[in-house]
Amino acid sequence: MNNIFVYCEIEEGRVAEVSQELLTKGRTLASELNCKLEAIAIGHKLDGVEKQIIPYGVDTLYLADDARLFPYQTLPHTSLVVKLFEEEKPQIALMGASSIGRDLGPRVSSALHSGLTADCTSLIIGDHFDKKQDKNYENLLYQIRPAFGGNIIATIINPDCRPQMATVREGVMKKEILDENYKGKVVQLDVAKYVDDTDFVVEIIERHMEKSKVNIKGASIVVSGGYGVGSKENFQLLNELAEVLGGEVGASRAAVDAGFADHERQIGQTGVTVRPKLYIACGISGQIQHRAGMEESAQIIAINTDSEAPINSIADYVITGDIADVIPKMIKSYKKNSK
Amino acid sequence: MKAYKIIVLAKQVPDTRNVGKDAMKADGTINRAALPAIFNPEDLNALEQALRIKDKFPESTVEIVTMGPGRAADIIREGLFRGTDGGILLTDRAFAGSDTLATSYAIGQALKKMGDIDIIVAGRQAIDGDTAQVGPQVAEKLGMLQVTYVEEITEMDDNSITVKRRLENGVETVKCPLPLVITVNGSAPDCRARNAKLLMKFKHAKTATEIETLSDELKPLYERRTDLVLTEWTVADIETEADQLGLKGSPTKVKSIENVVLQAKDSKVISSSDDDIESLMVELIESHTIG
Repeated sequence: MNNIFVYCEIEEGRVAEVSQELLTKGRTLASELNCKLEAIAIGHKLDGVEKQIIPYGVDTLYLADDARLFPYQTLPHTSLVVKLFEEEKPQIALMGASSIGRDLGPRVSSALHSGLTADCTSLIIGDHFDKKQDKNYENLLYQIRPAFGGNIIATIINPDCRPQMATVREGVMKKEILDENYKGKVVQLDVAKYVDDTDFVVEIIERHMEKSKVNIKGASIVVSGGYGVGSKENFQLLNELAEVLGGEVGASRAAVDAGFADHERQIGQTGVTVRPKLYIACGISGQIQHRAGMEESAQIIAINTDSEAPINSIADYVITGDIADVIPKMIKSYKKNSK
Repeated sequence: MKAYKIIVLAKQVPDTRNVGKDAMKADGTINRAALPAIFNPEDLNALEQALRIKDKFPESTVEIVTMGPGRAADIIREGLFRGTDGGILLTDRAFAGSDTLATSYAIGQALKKMGDIDIIVAGRQAIDGDTAQVGPQVAEKLGMLQVTYVEEITEMDDNSITVKRRLENGVETVKCPLPLVITVNGSAPDCRARNAKLLMKFKHAKTATEIETLSDELKPLYERRTDLVLTEWTVADIETEADQLGLKGSPTKVKSIENVVLQAKDSKVISSSDDDIESLMVELIESHTIG
């Protein structure tokens, strides 16, 4: 009762990265609140999946295993989670801000009338004093996220409704196994008790999933472009620099929206979070939503024609100039000196 | 031929994508007046999908439902210019401060009053909050199925719809029974442009509140042309429980808001001269950051 729950996404027997990251965060929060960490995995052929989940410090793992529960479908997964939460009454529930978590989370929060905060960049425990009611709330979950186009950072709380629900994007939290031999128990749920046959109304005609070809998260050098790059053609310069340096190309949301780069390369609050050795920001103004996805980079170079661009304030090196001039010079100089 | 009753959920949002320097006041707070109010981009993708159904099944109706202040009537007008059959502006101070759940409740109660709906189409998310919650929450409030991340409607018959979903690492084609809620991705086709004839026809369309502010000689137009009067509902027009509305009905509260203040790092400023770039690259190679 009143524990922390993490919804684990499973694809082909593997627990999603984002779920592993949330288990790590959930463990930290559970230890601070002195409660248990619990997890739910829903799918098919889940045998052995506990070996990937319990080592994060999970005390109880609930499994719902049925051929019809994979791939994910809204209604059956919602029914399972809602009924289990009604029984177990968690105080906090975490889900990935993925296409699954962002489909399931709002549905569950509406059914339970509990608040949900999307795309949090930080989750911490804190108190809250409500002046109007003259009431003190202890140990609430502070759900922190940029809002209003990244111009403000909001701390959201759910004082009265439970569970306090939050979604977090992949890569935002760090994942860390607590103990390979952690002792947690596994509870097999009787699926028929939680899901009606009438929940299975969607017919999946075709499904084509592919592992992302882009690996910006793991890259040690990221060359990233913003709206200031100006065109898809100019983005080619970034590709060349990334190739020469052995890095990956990233993009800001504005660049993705403008069609300069693919969505899977988007870095920031609503994209991927990266922590490379070197981040080269080209024509990126540096709104907080973008910075949220890259500010932990070890070294940052900002190339901008605008010497006042906000990104410059977090950069280690600021180059004021046109990327069409600067990047070829960087390539040339690197080739000359790297041997 | 089948006629569908289609509702589009749309929101007027500040254009947060184009926040210029004048959008921040000297004290670091946001100058909302400097941000233009626009039709939420993915709601336009949703509107296009709805209009395409109507193109194919011309007996269908498409109505927009939007919640917001009086000026959000622009959203209903924009719809008319593109071929909708009208819509409803939900506007009341009682809705102020609503989080996604209280918003979904109010919209859900309005939709319940609109009769049997076949398809509700909404944008995946709005650019001011990026939550992607209202579509699924409205679906839950109405006990309807939802299909999110839709890029294309590939097939429709009397009782079902087949859609292609664009997920972060793949695509999925699903066949679903009606009625249902669809949320549409920005990767779906752009919305058609305004139609010049419809623009002429509806450019004076106004809500009752807007008509009130007109001079007396302009008002009689709206007695003759009732098609120019846009429907406006307040909390009095829908059945609601007061404790489900606005701030009170919102489980989430904003504890604090911080303006983003940049902590300036000690950055090294480099010119774009050959020599400066050269010494930077050499420094990065020597520190093993690159190479």
